Amino acid sequence: MQRFANPGRFLRLADALIPWAATVATALILLGLYLGLCVAPADYQQGDTVRIMYVHVPAAWMALSGYLFLAVVSAAALVWRHPLAHLVAKAASPLGAAFTFLALVTGSLWGRPTWGTWWVWDGRLTSVLVLFFLYLGHMALYGAFDDERRGQKAAAILALVGAVNLPIIKFSVDWWTTLHQPASVFRLDGPTIDAQMLWPLLVTALGFMAYFLALVLLRAKQEVLSQRARALALLQAGA
Amino acid sequence: MVLLQGRALAAERGWRLLFRDLSFELDAGGGLLLNGPNGSGKTTLIRLLAGLQPPLAGRLLWQDRPVDEDREGHRRRVAYVGHQPGIKPALTPGEQLAFEAGLQGVPAGRLAAAEARFHLTRFRDLPTALLSAGQRRRTALARLVLSEASLWLLDEPATSLDAEGEASLWALVEEHRAKGGLVVVASHGAVPLAGVARVDLAQFAPAVAPA
Amino acid sequence: MSAFLALSRRELLLLWRQRGEPLIALAFFLLAALVFAFGAGPDAALLQRIAPGVLWASALFAVVLSLERLFESDHAEGALDQLALSPISLPMVVAAKVLVHWLGSGFLLLLAAPLVALAYGLPWALWPTLLLTLLLGTPSLSLIGAVVAATALGARRGGVLIPLLALPLMLPVLILGVTAADAAAAGLADGAHLLLLGAALLFALPLSLVAAPAALRQALEAG
Repeated sequence: MQRFANPGRFLRLADALIPWAATVATALILLGLYLGLCVAPADYQQGDTVRIMYVHVPAAWMALSGYLFLAVVSAAALVWRHPLAHLVAKAASPLGAAFTFLALVTGSLWGRPTWGTWWVWDGRLTSVLVLFFLYLGHMALYGAFDDERRGQKAAAILALVGAVNLPIIKFSVDWWTTLHQPASVFRLDGPTIDAQMLWPLLVTALGFMAYFLALVLLRAKQEVLSQRARALALLQAGA
Repeated sequence: MVLLQGRALAAERGWRLLFRDLSFELDAGGGLLLNGPNGSGKTTLIRLLAGLQPPLAGRLLWQDRPVDEDREGHRRRVAYVGHQPGIKPALTPGEQLAFEAGLQGVPAGRLAAAEARFHLTRFRDLPTALLSAGQRRRTALARLVLSEASLWLLDEPATSLDAEGEASLWALVEEHRAKGGLVVVASHGAVPLAGVARVDLAQFAPAVAPA
Repeated sequence: MSAFLALSRRELLLLWRQRGEPLIALAFFLLAALVFAFGAGPDAALLQRIAPGVLWASALFAVVLSLERLFESDHAEGALDQLALSPISLPMVVAAKVLVHWLGSGFLLLLAAPLVALAYGLPWALWPTLLLTLLLGTPSLSLIGAVVAATALGARRGGVLIPLLALPLMLPVLILGVTAADAAAAGLADGAHLLLLGAALLFALPLSLVAAPAALRQALEAG
């Protein structure tokens, strides 16, 4: 049972951080949404529909950085064989998938009035859709094996191999001419977007990150506890 | 001289701890018999000794050096015959053994001897899918004749064998030991080998906490 | 080296003995192309335009369907244990198996592609580019597929899991292949796209030969 001694520290850390992160998340998301939906100016061409951007863009950032987080944690899990890393990865991928889905749906809702179409098969959209399926595959691997730890290790390998997709997504809008807007925030020579629009994006993005942190910690804590419960049950059964 | 040493080995399967604190020593020409009921970890221990799985705890040493510092060397000195014979149903015994010979770099001349040893010559050109379980088991065991490995790891090797097959098997094992080789056999029951150390895996199972 | 050749020879022998499997995948490839053609209708110009896409999509499906036989039977029969203990290193084992797998999948598709190109009325001028994309791209598919097949070894519902994992990872190769063919069709230079395909192959090679053995070792450790 020694291997469950370390998670004790993690559980205490999680219990301390979760309420704080949740509060920050709520505050920042509400503030960001307020700034984006009410305070920021309407676009001169698109009118108020541009406000979908204030959910779409942070969600897309979370989709990508969520996967980066997943890849880093998976690498840590494989290299240092830390069992907690596997649990954090398992906790993170449904959240990443949800943000990806949110980005895809809000993007689609935004695309309809702006481009006249719900969907277009260009580089950016296709690779984000691929990212969504990578998340789904990752989630599927956990339950795919009788021995869950085998699933954890398999998922970690898949997460790393799929990380190759990330640069393709980031630069796809540069490589292929596309309907999707090219990068206007994360550019080498600074953002080209107006400050009034930039602030709501950043605030909401930070809020989403705090939300991600809170939920990852919560779900990882759940995993640790359910592992403990299972081990105790096995011990009681005299296994 | 002690060649193979296990120190405080522990292993698990699924979430179950199978055995702990298991230690043993084997000299040249030595034999180790692993007994124990189903699920006690015989197969896991054999695979652990082969280097296919890392132990949960403890160390495995060859000539006083940890095995995981020289995985390639350990692979070369191990011959493993497991539960599944490890042969392809679509190949004939002749092709199977020719492949093994090609892998190990053994000259083709030894093939006929290997086939004869386990009486495979009669059906060497039939696809193994058509053979009986005993004939397939003998094909799998014939690879031991081709092998130059010093450590033989056999998991229930006598399964499905008739009296003739068993006699060939144990005679081969004793020859191997006489040449200084080591053998570890996992078996439910007794084994007709002289002077083997016995390990009962049930004795190394974790103590059950009273309910 | 001789051990690598011995393994390759064995794999080729097995491929030949069980040649029904790659032939079924080939039949599926042709059937899929047929189904797409029926769905698209008799418009000749449309068929010409979608030919590269159809070829590549069908190739992807055919390769994905053949992935299960890469490691599964060896694993179930205990032959994978033997290979892991043999003098060949696991990366070389993967390399030998991927090579022969490609001969039984991508290579066959490459040979059959002219049939589909004819059926879709693809102009002769575009054939070299199209076949070159398949030649450069299908080995990447086998390499990526090897990682997925190794990862999914012994999984429940492996038959469904493998396509779910493999298709998203293979899509970049498909995109590269199709855009190369489209560029050629538009009269533009396709050299850059073909170079990208080659680069993808050069990238997939070390990736696969590191990730697939790691996944195989996990499968072996699970007993």
